[in-house]
Amino acid sequence: MEAVKQPVPDIQREPRKKFWTPHRKEAMIGWLFLTPEIVGMLFLNVFALGFSLYLSLSKWDLLSGVKGIEFTGFDNYVKMFHDPTIIQAVKNNVIYMILTVPIPIAIALVLAVLIHNSVFFKDYFKVAFFIPYISSIIAVAAVWSALFHPSLGPINQFLMDIGISNPPKWLVDPKTSLLSIAIISSWASLGYTIIIYMAGLTNISNEIYEAAEIDGAGPMKKFFAITVPMLRPTTFFLLITMLIGSFKVFDVIAYLTEGGPNNSSMVLVYRIYEEGFKYHNMGYASAISWLLFAIIGIITALTWKMRNED
Amino acid sequence: MQLIRKNISKAIVTVFMGALSIVFLIPLVWMVSAAFKYEKDVMRFPIQWIPEKINVAYNFKTVWMGKVPFYEFYFNSFKIAIITTIITLIISSMSAYALTKINFKGRNLVFMALLSFMIIPDQATLIPRFLLIRWFGLYNTHAAIIFMSMFSIYFTFLLRQFMIGVSDEFIEAARIDGAGHVRIFSSIMVPLCKPVLATVAIIKFIWTWNDYQNPLIFLLDKDLYTIPLGMTLFRDDFTNNYAIMMTAAVSAIIPLLIVFIALQKQVINGIALGGVKG
Repeated sequence: MEAVKQPVPDIQREPRKKFWTPHRKEAMIGWLFLTPEIVGMLFLNVFALGFSLYLSLSKWDLLSGVKGIEFTGFDNYVKMFHDPTIIQAVKNNVIYMILTVPIPIAIALVLAVLIHNSVFFKDYFKVAFFIPYISSIIAVAAVWSALFHPSLGPINQFLMDIGISNPPKWLVDPKTSLLSIAIISSWASLGYTIIIYMAGLTNISNEIYEAAEIDGAGPMKKFFAITVPMLRPTTFFLLITMLIGSFKVFDVIAYLTEGGPNNSSMVLVYRIYEEGFKYHNMGYASAISWLLFAIIGIITALTWKMRNED
Repeated sequence: MQLIRKNISKAIVTVFMGALSIVFLIPLVWMVSAAFKYEKDVMRFPIQWIPEKINVAYNFKTVWMGKVPFYEFYFNSFKIAIITTIITLIISSMSAYALTKINFKGRNLVFMALLSFMIIPDQATLIPRFLLIRWFGLYNTHAAIIFMSMFSIYFTFLLRQFMIGVSDEFIEAARIDGAGHVRIFSSIMVPLCKPVLATVAIIKFIWTWNDYQNPLIFLLDKDLYTIPLGMTLFRDDFTNNYAIMMTAAVSAIIPLLIVFIALQKQVINGIALGGVKG
């Protein structure tokens, strides 16, 4: 038998204010939903960045354990600015950036406009140019390593066939290794650039072109006076992502040249990889990471400034 | 008359662009053709686009069942890409939901913080992340790679962009009926977002499948290798056997091509979606 329920006197309930007000409950649920992402970001970015900064001021070979971390101040940074392979890597990164950003952007713009306005089978062209971007970059690099073979490769056999007796040695020649890498990555990413431009093109209203046509503007005039200026936000987006991306190049180089021959395709990220994971110089590798971070920060700031001044 | 002239010029451009696209795709055509050949015919010039003597069975057998077995890499790649994709979808859509449909103080602050993390390049934090993984005891496991790639601010933003457009009325109505956020999220928001979730899933899958850097750094044992890393083994073991290397390359690319050609609209639109808002 259950005891008869006593009515709870009101006085007992009143002074206790409810902790879970609807407001607080809402906030708690909000934070709970965000927890996985926030925890991940704290680990992989905030903590990692701080730790990397500390390591960059230390000497550490990893094998000697956490106790082996030896604080050395700015030694790594001083060493870095006198290290010829770092200077070479920065130089190569800049050359690679010049090769893989403006030229592919210009080519992609022209191709995107042609595909958008003046071809039949638009969908075929979208897909055809996009296929290399979807394909595994490492598999694609393997294909190019065969195509670029200095004596047997189809590219050089073709060049010799048309009368070039001394064709470039591509990946194995210090003079052309970086160029070869740039050709491979530009080829692989061209489809992405085209797709982004085509998305931008669909946002330009047809009326502007029609008005220009009435005024007697030809295709060239329309391209330079309407298309290019109207696509400026897209170009800006591509510029910023591709500039940053060019400083992060790693996969193709790690697979094909390992920075060689003779450091001719050495770049900063490969240098970080080499120092950190091959030689276990964790402190020095972290200092190079911070150099990379600083360079990318400067590029981002400069491009933002450029855009705002427009 | 004008229409005819327009169509003629369109036809000319199409032919020109068609030729250009074929030149553009030649490396991949060459790859497929080499996978059918005997090694001695691979580098023969002029190129035999359609090989006289076919050796495709041997090539594929060597790649798939040989000393460096491709099926293992396949299995690993599938496992990692599928698990990573599912977790990314859950984490990113939960964040996107909180950032658009739950009202609380600090929401905008979190949003700004996430935004600013986007400029931190992965490689700048590579060393400490490697150390973290070692301390967690995850070095040389698939879990390390999944953990490294399951957080994606980029996809959170794509999903946020989409969820902003979902009318609040659905949510208000459900709230009046007494549904909580967990319920609204799982039985209203997720179904409404199906198309964009599918797009994100495909893109994430392809990117994880193609990732080279994380497996290279976090995996040691060959039987844990993913396909891109497995390609390195083929390069080392068959340095001068391009027929085998091209067969491996074909094997690495074919599943992606199938996924892409079947779902090209979603992939292309998804990539474009990321670019326009920039």
